[in-house]
Amino acid sequence: MTHPENAAEFLKDSEKSKWHDETLWFVRDKRDKVSKGIPEWEQLRELASGIKDNVLANLADYLEEFERNATKNGIIVHWAADSEEHNRLVLEILQQQNCKAVVKSKSILTEECHLNPYLEKHGVDVVDTDLGERIVQFLNQPPSHIVLPAIHLKKREISELFHEKLQTEKGNEDPAYLTQAARVHLREKFFAAKVAITGVNFGIAETGEFVVCTNEGNADMGVHLADVHIACMGIEKILPRRKDLGVFLRLLARSATGQPITNYNSHFRNPSPGKEIHIILVDNGRTAQLAREKFRNSLKCIRCGACMNTCPIYRRSGGFSYNSTVPGPIGSILSPGLDLKKHSSLPFASTLCGSCTDVCPVKINIHEQLYEWRQEVTKTQGEFAKGLSMKLANGIFKSPLAYKISGSLMRNALKSLPNSLIYHPLNIWGKNRNLPDPPTESFQQWYRKNRS
Amino acid sequence: MKTNSPSVALFIPCYVDQFYPQVGIATLELLEKLGCQVTYPSGQTCCGQPLANAGYARDTVGTATHFIETFNDYDYVVCPSGSCTLHVKDHFPAIAGLQKEQEALEHKIFELVEFITDILKIERLEGKFPHRVSFHSSCHGQRGLHLSSGSELNQPPFNKARKLLENLEGLDWVELTRTDECCGFGGTFAVTEEALSIQMGKDRLEDHLQHKTEILTGGDMSCIMHLQGIATRSKQELKFLHLAEILNQALS
Repeated sequence: MTHPENAAEFLKDSEKSKWHDETLWFVRDKRDKVSKGIPEWEQLRELASGIKDNVLANLADYLEEFERNATKNGIIVHWAADSEEHNRLVLEILQQQNCKAVVKSKSILTEECHLNPYLEKHGVDVVDTDLGERIVQFLNQPPSHIVLPAIHLKKREISELFHEKLQTEKGNEDPAYLTQAARVHLREKFFAAKVAITGVNFGIAETGEFVVCTNEGNADMGVHLADVHIACMGIEKILPRRKDLGVFLRLLARSATGQPITNYNSHFRNPSPGKEIHIILVDNGRTAQLAREKFRNSLKCIRCGACMNTCPIYRRSGGFSYNSTVPGPIGSILSPGLDLKKHSSLPFASTLCGSCTDVCPVKINIHEQLYEWRQEVTKTQGEFAKGLSMKLANGIFKSPLAYKISGSLMRNALKSLPNSLIYHPLNIWGKNRNLPDPPTESFQQWYRKNRS
Repeated sequence: MKTNSPSVALFIPCYVDQFYPQVGIATLELLEKLGCQVTYPSGQTCCGQPLANAGYARDTVGTATHFIETFNDYDYVVCPSGSCTLHVKDHFPAIAGLQKEQEALEHKIFELVEFITDILKIERLEGKFPHRVSFHSSCHGQRGLHLSSGSELNQPPFNKARKLLENLEGLDWVELTRTDECCGFGGTFAVTEEALSIQMGKDRLEDHLQHKTEILTGGDMSCIMHLQGIATRSKQELKFLHLAEILNQALS
């Protein structure tokens, strides 16, 4: 299904879509307030953007520096060209450990690689330990938001789900009660897992360490109880120096949820005695995106989700309407690079209002890239897909006479045709909107009579 | 004449020309009242934005060439639409052989309000408009041309249109809950994502209605056409005027 079809479906439940819009607007509003408490906010964004520009311009060097330093620290570094290689590497490590049950903290990259179904197919039980992720996992759904994975669900739905899965009291919707039930359930999983998988927010080239940011502490809980830690990192997540974190950690949580900082910012540098840390550096289309000049800086993304919270389309169509691992505006400029045909409606799921660009903590020109992707999408569709109106338009607009004739034909048609013909089902504009009342003369005609 | 007042060419967007001639007239009369020597270059058509936003920027070479040639001989080009102005400045394809003219155009084209505040340097307009007015901030004018501060950015608040309106005697300015959310027009988006477009428009209207707006105004008739179309369909008693119409009425 295309984005417009999914969006129309989502909007059918008007009460829920209104709630969805207001909930995410609340998060956006919190972000506005907290960011305005930092006088140097705009300079921070500028700095972050500059640091990422430098990273993207020297990515290979920083990655090799990271590999050298991480290896020195005792971390085992792997490289994966694509999702298949990434998944295979994870499975191999699990098999070496003879591990049949693994805990995972939130990682968009493993969603992107579809790691869970792959591991399950190979007999490994995967438990997502972030509360929101666990909820959508119970439902066999992907996350609908990269920071708030279960934001599409209301308390009542979670209560019903937990009653079924965790035997909580029927009808008890108290968030503290439900969270406690999830805690007890997850605690068992943490104790049982020999291997813990996490994502990576930042990899530091200078020190060979990496940083994982969570609010629930679930990444730390998993890692500290397990013998082996597998960290999965997109190659664009590199930062040159440890002190760069002073810029990024200030921006990340404020942009994401309006908090001053994430509750846990954990640095992983050396494995504890007798334990192992593996890091898998994943390309999966990133170097291809790096080679696309107009779309390169989409790789600056730090996955804060602010563009989703602000997007008037996302708030009213829900994350699933995008049918891509990363939904919302940033997803709509990343996903076409992975599969242009599948995601061809996404660059058009925008009014190009530009709000996404202005909330982005690393200043990605998201709405301009949406515009540029539109130009790419139409190239692949050929002349056939172009509507007749589009073919005519350039001819009309470059010729003043053709423009004059078509304009007066249109106004006269609107004046003389009965409403039943004007508001014909083919006139999508008129389904829920009136057309303006046609004036008797155009401005051009008025001007000729009155001024020249 | 030429020594004192700059020559201003009016660029009237195609849909304003065809559907809202009164907005073109108000723009012309207003600029004349402010002492400009205004011409409407005949033969102008459209900036080509509908095509480009639909993904066919490469097919707008003819339209853009015609535009650059039509407006070449004037000191300024003024347009009562932030969106069309932005398109000419930022999204015209590069036209071979007209580089110099194109670059000059990008620096001499202005949206109406910014022309009044930034070029004519008019800070206050003396006039009367005793109505409760709310302002729809159009995205391209706001975030593209920076006609007002965006709620997303940490910057001192400003609004060029408000500066001109607020000083009018009797005008009651409405504060909205969401000061600059998109109305959902979005050009072809209005048709290709019809359901979303309508919902966004309804939500925007609701904000204006909740604050007891009498007249909804803005700098872009395209957004207003969309909002008015939804309001008329649901028989809401809300009036819609372009900024130029309010300013022109107030000054008479």
